Amino acid sequence: MTAYLLKRLAISLATLVLASIVVFAVLEILPGDPARLMLGMNASADQVELLRNQMGLNAPLLLRYLNWAGGLVSLDFGRSYTYSVPVMDLVRERLAVSLPLALIALALSTIIAIPVGLFSASRRGRAGDTISMGAAQLGVAVPNFWFALMLIYVFAVWLRLVPAGGFPGWSAGIWPALKSLLLPAVALALPQAAILARVTRSALIEVLNEDYIRTARAKGLPYRTVLWRHALRNAMIPVLTILGLQFAFLLAGTIIIENVFYLPGLGRLVFQAITQRDVIVVESVVMLLVAAVIAVNLVVDLSYAVVDPRLRSRQ
Amino acid sequence: MKLWKTLLAAAVLAVATATSAFAARTDLVIGIPLEPPHLDPTAGAAAAIREVTYANVFEGLTRIGPNGEVLPDLAESWTISDDGKVYTFKLHSGVKFHDGADFSADDVKFSLDRARAENSINAQKQLFAAIDKVDVVDPATVKVTLTHPQGSFLYNMGWGDAVMVSPKSADTNKEKPVGTGPFKFDSWAKGSSITLLKSDHYWGAPVFLEKVEFRIVPDAAAAVPALLSGDIQAFPFFDPDSVSQVKDDPRFKVVVGATEGETILSINNKQPPFDKLQVRQAISYALDRKAIIDGASAGLGLPIGSHMSPANKYYVDLTGRYPHDVAKAKELLKEAGLENGFKATLKLPPPSYARLGGEIIASELRDVGINLEIIPVEWAQWLDQVFTKKDYDLTIVSHTEPNDIDIYARKDYYFNYANPAFNKVIADLELTSDEAKRKELYAQAQKILADDAVVGFLYELPKVGVWDAKLQGLWESAPIPANDLTKVKWSD
Repeated sequence: MTAYLLKRLAISLATLVLASIVVFAVLEILPGDPARLMLGMNASADQVELLRNQMGLNAPLLLRYLNWAGGLVSLDFGRSYTYSVPVMDLVRERLAVSLPLALIALALSTIIAIPVGLFSASRRGRAGDTISMGAAQLGVAVPNFWFALMLIYVFAVWLRLVPAGGFPGWSAGIWPALKSLLLPAVALALPQAAILARVTRSALIEVLNEDYIRTARAKGLPYRTVLWRHALRNAMIPVLTILGLQFAFLLAGTIIIENVFYLPGLGRLVFQAITQRDVIVVESVVMLLVAAVIAVNLVVDLSYAVVDPRLRSRQ
Repeated sequence: MKLWKTLLAAAVLAVATATSAFAARTDLVIGIPLEPPHLDPTAGAAAAIREVTYANVFEGLTRIGPNGEVLPDLAESWTISDDGKVYTFKLHSGVKFHDGADFSADDVKFSLDRARAENSINAQKQLFAAIDKVDVVDPATVKVTLTHPQGSFLYNMGWGDAVMVSPKSADTNKEKPVGTGPFKFDSWAKGSSITLLKSDHYWGAPVFLEKVEFRIVPDAAAAVPALLSGDIQAFPFFDPDSVSQVKDDPRFKVVVGATEGETILSINNKQPPFDKLQVRQAISYALDRKAIIDGASAGLGLPIGSHMSPANKYYVDLTGRYPHDVAKAKELLKEAGLENGFKATLKLPPPSYARLGGEIIASELRDVGINLEIIPVEWAQWLDQVFTKKDYDLTIVSHTEPNDIDIYARKDYYFNYANPAFNKVIADLELTSDEAKRKELYAQAQKILADDAVVGFLYELPKVGVWDAKLQGLWESAPIPANDLTKVKWSD
């Protein structure tokens, strides 16, 4: 187990270093000058040069990479070109929205998907299965910005239960903040739940065909116990893999939903930083996300071992 | 007895709630599409900075009014020497910055000297180019000496880039702006909203609003439900394409005004075959401005024939110079030896006027034999490739700076246009303060640009505002980028 863990950690570290080089190089190649963007069309070339110097953009490439990468190691992410505040502060503010949102959406999608998957798998080929899988198909197909707008018109404009968008901040109280995350979480969770339900169903169906399931039934265990105790647990590995991927997506891939609900999330920070060539923010946030994805994968790998004791004993 | 007490309490309560219900609202949430990068108008070109701070947080010596007129602001009056070179400003007394520091002539000298300093990164540094020196006469009087008479000096001092700042807070204005205006900065939740509160010690006419929140709503589709639900009460810059969804709703007012944004089909005048006058004129004849306005701007916006807003007092109508005439365009191309047509590229920045307008223009030019390859670019790419490196044939962009016809006289500007006769008119304008003469010179300048068909003049970008019908005092037009809240109030 320790060797397994060490190996995983070493791979993760190597991935991080490699990612930092790729991210830095790609953003270097990207055309566009952040200084010119800030000063606009009326500023002279001399002024732009002056600002470039102030922003440290004229230093040699290698030096800039080492400065940045060195900062990352000590968790100093540098200062944003456009906002001129530490990148860490920006990320922290955005995570206060994106992290709870991702967790709520993930919880919602799990709560919906697992029972639906179980229900479908146990009624394979029957009406209940067809209907729930048809609904799941619809859930994947419906564009989520459209679904989000429908939610807004029903719950915010018509019923006036929640705000149409925006985020008041956690300082405004837990309930107002949660309320503003509710619709976006639903809009995010639904397509994820649809995918997860389908994965759960197919994994379960595969497991239900195994010999040990027949054995368990033959020795007289009730179907329900077999389904929950034996089948679901064995079907968890693909489900956990998808959950891990979904979490990484929900953390930063939600730019469309963030735009529709005008939430100050991580996705919008990255998008805005790219358009404004706030390279340092893009680089740092992308690296954070890489680290988050690696960490989530690590956790998923370890949780395989939890659900499947065989993986524990295998060195 | 007990009953009496209860009744009395109930009556008092009822009266109290009734009066508070009748008192006009004093809070406002305004939707803005772009978040400002920071809040210092003296250190960045973004219009969003001005849309929050202009006239609200920061004030200048003069200010621009809702119709583009120059009004006194922190300077209550001024005198101009006979040679037009010395401006003596008399300042208002009792003016304080939001941090409690007194505003005086020293701050004027500091602000102007800072903006024109060698290491200044003021995005409109050219506004201060004519200043030779700034002298403090006494705490309420300041004397600005110019190197040459400049007709637009008072107008220039009204720009957002020329506002007065305090030496104590100048370096921190990006994060925590401190000005002399009627609203003081309260808080900024990055990516979400910026809140201003009424200032306790404002020198001028008191404002009506106590609290104003600018909420950032980047998606036009989200703006409509935000209005309908009442979360946001005003969008001074609304997406023209979404207007139809709220236009017939009596709860809202739709106000279409003008901006100073000349939307043009920019032409690289040095790039063959666009260096030939006939080719550029052919393009002008090939353009159907009405179709472009309908398609790119939901039918809103006025056609232009030169580089001047129809709302500007110096405007001359030259839209008849090149009527839509395909036959004439083909004939001119033939004269230029291009009767078989040619290929060129059209680089389009992200705004919808460019992307939609570009499709229409490409099809209109195809009718006369010019085949355009459309290349969509981001702003950063546009500034880099088109604006800085001049690596383009045609592009579409809106020049939103007010009164900016002089850009055609700039050396190495991205149009690659150089006409000594035009440069002479602009140089004369700079030195002329007499209004009648200025008007004449501006007319000449517009005419030369139209004759040379320097670019394809399309239309003036409209300012489409949508807000609660009970809200009064927001600007109809945008002579400069601003959301001036000094006169805004709720009726009732």
